[in-house]
Amino acid sequence: MENLVQMALQNVNMAAIMPSLVLCCFGMFLLMINVFMPRGKTTAASLISLLGLAVTFVVTLRAWNHPELGFAGHVALDNFATFFNVIFLIAAFLTVLMSDDYLHREGYPVGEFYPLVLFTTAGAMWMASGTDLMTVFLGLEVLSISLYVLAGLFRGQLRSNEAGLKYFLLGAFSTGFLLYGTALLYGVAGTTNIADIGFYLSAHGKMLQNPMTIAGMLLLAVGFLFKIAVVPFHMWTPDVYQGAPTPVTAFMSAGPKAAAFAALVRILILGLGGLQADWSSLLWMLAVLTMFIGNVTAIYQTDIKRMLAYSSIAHAGYALVGLVAANAVGISGILFYMLAYTFMNIGAFAVLVLAGKQGEDNLTLEGFSGFGYKRPFLGVAMSIFLFALMGIPPTAGFAGKFYIFAGAINAGYIWLAILGVLNSAISLYYYLRVMVYMYFREPQEDYGWVRMNPGTVVSIVLAIVGVLYLGVVPGKIMEMAKMALF
Amino acid sequence: MQDYSLIWLIPFFPLVGSVINGLLGKKIKNEKVIGTIATGAIALSFVVSCMLFFRLLGDSQKVHEVIIASWMSAGKLQIDWGFLLDPLSGVMIMVVTGVGSLIHLYSNGYMHGEEGFYRYFSYLNLFCFSMLMLVLGNNALVMFVGWEGVGLCSYLLIGYYFEKKSAGDAAKKAFVVNRVGDFGFLIGLFTLFWALGEHGIWTVQFTKIAEHAHLLPAGGAVVTIVTLCFFLGATGKSAQIPLYTWLPDAMEGPTPVSALIHAATMVTAGVYMIGRMNGLFAMAPDTMMVVAIVGAATAIFAASIGLAQNDIKRVLAYSTVSQLGYMFLAMGVGAFSAGIFHLMTHAFFKACLFLGSGSVIHAMHHAYHHAHLHDDPQDMRNMGGLRKKMPITFLTFFVSTLAIAGIPGLSGFFSKDEILWWAFSSTRGGWILWLIGFAAAGMTAFYMFRLVFMTFFGEQRTDERAKDHVHESPFVITLPLIVLGLLALVGGWIGIPKALGGANHFEHFLAPVFEHTQEMFGIHSQHSLHAYEFPLMGASIGVALVGIFLAWLMYVKNPEAPKALVARFRWLYVAIFNKWFVDELYDGLFVNATKRLGRYCWKGFDLPIIDGIVNGAGWLVQGFSRALRFWQTGQIHGYAMTMVIGAVIIVAVYIV
Repeated sequence: MENLVQMALQNVNMAAIMPSLVLCCFGMFLLMINVFMPRGKTTAASLISLLGLAVTFVVTLRAWNHPELGFAGHVALDNFATFFNVIFLIAAFLTVLMSDDYLHREGYPVGEFYPLVLFTTAGAMWMASGTDLMTVFLGLEVLSISLYVLAGLFRGQLRSNEAGLKYFLLGAFSTGFLLYGTALLYGVAGTTNIADIGFYLSAHGKMLQNPMTIAGMLLLAVGFLFKIAVVPFHMWTPDVYQGAPTPVTAFMSAGPKAAAFAALVRILILGLGGLQADWSSLLWMLAVLTMFIGNVTAIYQTDIKRMLAYSSIAHAGYALVGLVAANAVGISGILFYMLAYTFMNIGAFAVLVLAGKQGEDNLTLEGFSGFGYKRPFLGVAMSIFLFALMGIPPTAGFAGKFYIFAGAINAGYIWLAILGVLNSAISLYYYLRVMVYMYFREPQEDYGWVRMNPGTVVSIVLAIVGVLYLGVVPGKIMEMAKMALF
Repeated sequence: MQDYSLIWLIPFFPLVGSVINGLLGKKIKNEKVIGTIATGAIALSFVVSCMLFFRLLGDSQKVHEVIIASWMSAGKLQIDWGFLLDPLSGVMIMVVTGVGSLIHLYSNGYMHGEEGFYRYFSYLNLFCFSMLMLVLGNNALVMFVGWEGVGLCSYLLIGYYFEKKSAGDAAKKAFVVNRVGDFGFLIGLFTLFWALGEHGIWTVQFTKIAEHAHLLPAGGAVVTIVTLCFFLGATGKSAQIPLYTWLPDAMEGPTPVSALIHAATMVTAGVYMIGRMNGLFAMAPDTMMVVAIVGAATAIFAASIGLAQNDIKRVLAYSTVSQLGYMFLAMGVGAFSAGIFHLMTHAFFKACLFLGSGSVIHAMHHAYHHAHLHDDPQDMRNMGGLRKKMPITFLTFFVSTLAIAGIPGLSGFFSKDEILWWAFSSTRGGWILWLIGFAAAGMTAFYMFRLVFMTFFGEQRTDERAKDHVHESPFVITLPLIVLGLLALVGGWIGIPKALGGANHFEHFLAPVFEHTQEMFGIHSQHSLHAYEFPLMGASIGVALVGIFLAWLMYVKNPEAPKALVARFRWLYVAIFNKWFVDELYDGLFVNATKRLGRYCWKGFDLPIIDGIVNGAGWLVQGFSRALRFWQTGQIHGYAMTMVIGAVIIVAVYIV
């Protein structure tokens, strides 16, 4: 018996989960001290969670170029995972920065918010470093459940309730697909380890075209495509994004989306590389559909949060193009794009956090009339983020799209790249329209105003720095993204 | 091996200054603070430049590349944010930051009380940043960033008084004309990139281009086209025929701007560019010949227009175009270091002349303002006799005028004479080029002394009521004048030619950049002609003296003479006074034709066809969008159903 324990411990290797471990410790500590905190005061909790994220950031960076394998090969802290971990941490950090004041304004200063963000981040980390379908699933569930709660955090608000419930029901539904796919693949290969599935399939070539394998791959993909919000599994996105508290929406559109990409890339490339012809033709179609439907529907939105929800669907489509290409430039392009998207999208949401009145009914195009003159700093910041989302140089969005489309062209998917660029052109319409309202419309008289709070401003400034840094000198980060490939 | 890693600070300081003043200037308000930030920023760059320049002087290795960050990499192409410090860029940063600092200082006095003081300094700093990127970039793309940046700042500063229509028009003209040149630059760059790529070399880095240029056939069509395109870019930025017309109009900007951008630095960018790519140009003798001919033609053409202008700044503007012509003449005959030498001395004396004219305009403006008059403060016919009222301005102006006229011992003499000598004796030169340059030198002496005599000598012709309000300018204005005047006096002494017993340190210093090219293509002054060196020098001194004498005769001794002359040669005068009607010609040929084409495209093609397609597409997308919106019902079972149907379809397609 003792022998068994020792054997197990040898395989554990805590170093492989160190970043998420630190994060969870901070999260649980926060949950515990919450009991003793005065009601309605969450500033201390937000500071502690910022500290936790910063410490984890340092721990994460130390893992760069020092890969660790743990838990009998179920978890790998390789460069790929570390790159994504950095994205999650940045997303969480920017989110927490903008949340404190927002929660007070909206009347829900609840301390549970912060630990939930930390747990979501930890879940995302397991998805990125999971080398076994079960570990990935575990991460996905930790992430999802925390997110369900976060989306429905404003108990008294109908919209928030609706968001939480919808996300929960549909999420549970999609998990069904995911598990079914996992089960089928296990049935084929006799293992849930991603690499082993890959070895098995390459050793038994005829299993590749077995309907069970293909169905398993497809159902597994559906589970992740739901999280990424790819058409036709995207329908929850606008409702949930609009209803959830704005910082949660910001976080959801960056961190968890990146996590799902991480898992999908690892599984498709490492485990199901033999089926590349199948999944890339599937993703080709879905990418085009996603870009197109996301962009076209965004045109009709008047609510800016909802518009950004559709825009995030479209961006998932762009990123999928990199996965279709499945070459070094395309995949590292996804990594780069996720980082870039984190900065530009969270930045845009942070501006919304400051622009909204209580209840956020004013976050419509009309409500933004003359915004650029009333609030010059926020106007400029929003313009920078919108330019980045459009993909205009010298912003991160341009560099990201450049790498992804370059990957597609290198892989011979010229038409896909052309469709992607055409879609970027469509997107100009609704992004620029926001700027038209900000700068070319008369300001509304009763422009309600929330004070500029330092946390959100810092988060906006950090996002601007990120967007411009990635846009002006993308080379360094792109090199790192290439080093992060398997 | 010396350390040059601090080089990024040189463009960095002005950038920071520009950002601070641009964002906060409106809040700061205080002119002292704004001026100090801007001037301090460029002065700090100057300090760093000096440090690195002297380090370079003492270094045995003369070419250094510092890579700051990777900009983009695509396939085999790697482009960096990188800087190149060699004697050529070393000279340029010294000129840009040195003269730039003086002009910033001067602007503190000149722009005092202007609305938009912060805007002015923010642009001026931004200009210095761009110019420094242009000269320090280690590859053509960084250079292009600077190239476009200086163009933008030039546009912004020419149109600084945007409430004046003429200023706005001049700014637009400068921008559009430069666009034509930039187009050439880009086509040249793309062609070069493609041509080298055919040989497996994908690069835009200057050192690599120089290293691999031999892969292209010397004298072949490719290098000729590439260099001609680059030269087209240079004619735009450096105001050469046929794209010079914007520069005289650019005088609508504040005078310090004319001094910095439109005399000392930006307009020399084209000369610098040819110097930077000397290896490539030397490979294309045909292009070199075009450069030399265009340079010589511009030199004499612009000088002839300068003979009859009455606006003090316009005379200087045409003089600048003409002097830039000399520089291109030098580049064209392979006298690269002579061209850069003239670039430097010209920066000194022409900046001094412009700032001096600014000092005069400033004084005139204030006098008229005091007397509530609306006379033109830039018209020389309203001046005269100012030498006693403004002694420092006069003295520095006079020294610089002697320099530009080519009086022995002053800076302009050495540089201009070296160019003329090379034009005559170079293996790529010819006596005709010399003759044109020689004639232009005589005109230069004439129009410059005409300016000096009309402005500073004789009776004061200013309106009685304003006469006594003309005063010498304050110290912040005269200090830069004194420094630049001194430089105009002694700045040439580092390049005294061997024939006069000097050592020509300047040429030696630049040798690492140019010598290799000159040796490889056999560009040198022909030995058989050396007997002519002294006679030619004597001739050019003589023609300068003749020019001065004529000016004296016509504008001091016998002020009625010009009128008689004009009456005699009426048609010639009208042609010169109206700048040979080139603007009108361009209007007729290009501007109106373009407008007509534009109108035709708009009415005949755009409205019915393009708009039809665009509106049709927009209508389609909107209809589609509306349809999709109805799909989004908000009903959760609908969403779930969509997922299921989607999944079923996908699985069905792949399995069945």
